[in-house]
Amino acid sequence: MWVYEKKLQYPVRVSTCNPMLAKYLIEQYGGADGELSAALRYLNQRYTIPDKVIGLLTDIGTEEFAHLEMIATMVFKLTKDATPEQMKAAGLATHYANHDNALYYESAAGNPWTATYIAAKGDPIADLYEDIAAEEKARATYQWLINLSDDTDLNDSLRFLREREIIHSQRFREAVEILKGEQGKKKFF
Amino acid sequence: MKQLPPEYYELLENLQAVDFVLVELTLYLDTHNNDQDAINQFNYFAKERKKIKKEYESKYGPLLQFGNSYSGSPWNWDDAPWPWQV
Repeated sequence: MWVYEKKLQYPVRVSTCNPMLAKYLIEQYGGADGELSAALRYLNQRYTIPDKVIGLLTDIGTEEFAHLEMIATMVFKLTKDATPEQMKAAGLATHYANHDNALYYESAAGNPWTATYIAAKGDPIADLYEDIAAEEKARATYQWLINLSDDTDLNDSLRFLREREIIHSQRFREAVEILKGEQGKKKFF
Repeated sequence: MKQLPPEYYELLENLQAVDFVLVELTLYLDTHNNDQDAINQFNYFAKERKKIKKEYESKYGPLLQFGNSYSGSPWNWDDAPWPWQV
């Protein structure tokens, strides 16, 4: 089971109401390489991965939910005081028409989240390479978001998340080596 | 929603800092099972975390529920603020 902890993993502060920035950030909420995709990808793959890396997938998957909450907090804080006019000016009129200022799992371009964003091949090496690629894509997305943002408070939190992607990628690379080592020990022929 | 003093943010950040160490060591140990120095650090910070959790919860209410924290009276788990509100 999971137990919720009533705190963010890392502080999230925003300088001003800025729905335009929220529109970009939603990519990491409901986009292909976002935190929801990451959490669900790892927590789903772990059932069929060798025992040696189940712990890693469980722990990284769990941390991704903490990141999802940080992104949600950013989007919430950037839009909570936004008027319909401000939402419209930020290109969020179509979002507002359906959701008001509620959060929704969608990409920056407005595409709803879909399970087709995540893979589960059942082959441990294929799955772990997918995970490494996902972390690198998420790291790149964080960099593009930092490039688009002029909110210094927010960028501090985005940099934290960018660095976490690097660590996750590193741990997954080690998991690949662990499995290769295990495979080498088995004599099938 | 009750107003939070500056000390709240300070204590929360202390907890977040210790928890960061613990998250980082957890993932590291998942791929380095035999690193005794890292295990010693992990157990040290797990103990530190307990102290900070106790102080935080005595002042600002439970961090966890389903029985992983004690309750105040009346039941205060569902009191605001929630993490995205501070």
